[in-house]
Amino acid sequence: MAILDTGLAGAVRRLDAVPPDWPGHPWWHWLVFTVVLIVFVLVMVIVVIYVERRGIAWFAARRGPNRTGPFGVLQAIADAIKVLLKENITPITADKVVYWMAPVAVFAPVIMVFAVVPFQDGALLADLNVAVLFVVAIGAISTIGVFMAGWSSGNKYSMLGAMRMVAAVVSYEIPVVLALASVVLLAGSLSLNDIVIAQERVPFIILQPLGFLLLFVAGCAEINRSPFDLMEADSELTAGFHTEYSGMKFAMFYLGEYGEAVVMATLISTVFLGGWQGPVLPPWLWLIIKIVAVFFLMVWTRATLPRVRIDQLMAVAWKFMFPVALVNLLVIAAETLAWPDALPLWLIPVNLGITGALILLGSKLYRIGWGRVEV
Amino acid sequence: MELRTEPFALNIGPVHPSTHGVFRMRTVLDGEVVLDLDPVFGYLHRGIEKLAEERTWDGVIPLTDRLDYVASMSNNLAYVLAVEKLADITVPERAEYLRVIMAELQRIAAHLISVGSFLNDCGAYFTPFLYMYRERENIVDLFDMVCGQRLLYNYMRIGGVSQDIPDEFLPALSKTIPRLRSRIEEYEWLLKENEILLARTKGVGILPRETAIAVAASGPVLRGSGVKWDIRRADPYLVYDRFDFEIPTGQSGDTYDRYRVRVEEMKQSLRIVEQAVEQLPAGPIRAELPHLIRPPAGEAYGHIEAPTGELGFYVVSDGSIAPYRCHIRAPSLMNLTALKDMIVGWKIQDLIVIFGSFAITMGEVDR
Repeated sequence: MAILDTGLAGAVRRLDAVPPDWPGHPWWHWLVFTVVLIVFVLVMVIVVIYVERRGIAWFAARRGPNRTGPFGVLQAIADAIKVLLKENITPITADKVVYWMAPVAVFAPVIMVFAVVPFQDGALLADLNVAVLFVVAIGAISTIGVFMAGWSSGNKYSMLGAMRMVAAVVSYEIPVVLALASVVLLAGSLSLNDIVIAQERVPFIILQPLGFLLLFVAGCAEINRSPFDLMEADSELTAGFHTEYSGMKFAMFYLGEYGEAVVMATLISTVFLGGWQGPVLPPWLWLIIKIVAVFFLMVWTRATLPRVRIDQLMAVAWKFMFPVALVNLLVIAAETLAWPDALPLWLIPVNLGITGALILLGSKLYRIGWGRVEV
Repeated sequence: MELRTEPFALNIGPVHPSTHGVFRMRTVLDGEVVLDLDPVFGYLHRGIEKLAEERTWDGVIPLTDRLDYVASMSNNLAYVLAVEKLADITVPERAEYLRVIMAELQRIAAHLISVGSFLNDCGAYFTPFLYMYRERENIVDLFDMVCGQRLLYNYMRIGGVSQDIPDEFLPALSKTIPRLRSRIEEYEWLLKENEILLARTKGVGILPRETAIAVAASGPVLRGSGVKWDIRRADPYLVYDRFDFEIPTGQSGDTYDRYRVRVEEMKQSLRIVEQAVEQLPAGPIRAELPHLIRPPAGEAYGHIEAPTGELGFYVVSDGSIAPYRCHIRAPSLMNLTALKDMIVGWKIQDLIVIFGSFAITMGEVDR
């Protein structure tokens, strides 16, 4: 009855592996894990919001929220209560049904993705053998929610933001998938659990740093983190696609947005940073530490960099990241073909060199282009 | 299949995060591309020119504070210069030096806000903005020492300044200058060659040299287009001819050049302040004048190089205790003349950045 111990608090002890023939599991496996995952996602969202607000404040030489609870840790909860009590406003020009469905469509996929994320060996809701594909496919559903919100609000700013979002996601899905494909080649499996186990010797970020960079940058673009936060670009589109939303519906978008950030940070730490693997500390804590670390990197870029323009966003995706990701995939494929069991460790400096060379070459060969249009 | 598309109108402002107040741009967009732009002013019109006719000559000074409210000292200065020209008043030398010190500190403070909010428009989420405010705070503290105010200073008087600097001012200033200098260097290091900033601003929103002159642009907007025109040199007022400073100019007149000119000007202003403090003479700070001055009937135009450009006051007297007419040449408004030509054809994101590079203050545009 090892499954019962999977609650986050009690998971310090090593669990027995969940048998891979998961359809035969007892029903309470699903129940326990569903509750655990929802709690996990909500708690992580609160954690990353705290990290973001304090982190941004730290970078911007101010203090950030520090009044609610010790060090302001309860600020997110106070905000949640405040936003729940706010009035729900539906614009008169809104398409009511779509307007109401959009927040759910944004938030639901975020929780679904965690079904395949392992918190330690075998501790996951469903050890899908196509988990990577599942993550990419489900993660993309949020885009539909964003577009629904932008379209149904009856607001031109929302519409512009939603259009940008769709363009960005369609473009950046490709580098994301190509970067993930190179990991799949290295691990020889699509299951996230197997990918983590394959990193027992050395995390994939060391074996192929280019894949990590591609996934991080394209991931930031896909979840619309700065410097690619064009969909809600507050200095241009006021609040982008959720301009017209208020109250609980806005809270759902807020949750969804940070939930997506958690998903991307989880994906990156699982496939490149060794997921739950790590010494001394319990595995689930390692995973959380890695998620927060990756997220902190996102906060750092947000606090530092200006925003790119929409055509530059497209140019980076198609003219730079796409070819580089393709070449990277070919290189990894050739290496995997040459050493089918495990890549020798002397390939680490070689791959680092290839990474540098490809980035230099790519940045020399592509041009961002001229933004003006004759009218 | 051909999808039918059509341009649509989008109101940017009057309430919008990036319009620097209550400016409104009625744009026609084709997707992201701006096809047409129609600036709408007047949401902050307070009738300052008319109000000035109801005040005594000295009583207008607090009104001028409310023009470019991030550069109150410069507004005060331009007005009192015009009145002094009209009434032919000689100002004590110490007061002239104090005015130079205040005006140049004010230029740095105003440029810090301009650069900070410009970078905020570029999408650098509040970090540069708050950094610039942190540095501005040093200058505001200094102003607080000399006149007790932190935003609307009301410091200049006709014939001098309202009060002498306190004893702690100069030591505090000598501490602030090196700090500001090192901080400006630090931001240069962070931003000057930032790849995204270059991509967003280089070659964007070009204001050609000829157009800049034709629309009577002034200040960093004109100098960004490569015209070496600075009132401090072209028509020296106060004691500016005694200082050694450069006039930074750009080459291509793009958004990046305007940003660069502002940063370089801050460095030059620090140089001027240093020299002024060195040469600061002792003596009275205000000319002996009657309580209510009555300039002889006539007219005068006094202008200075304000942070935004040539700020001019055209004052007409009928010999009474109040101005008969007080016209304000607002540089922010004049600079906006070329706005449409510069923005049409660029994307909506560039619109925000190009508009931000003008660094207008609505208090001055609408008056």
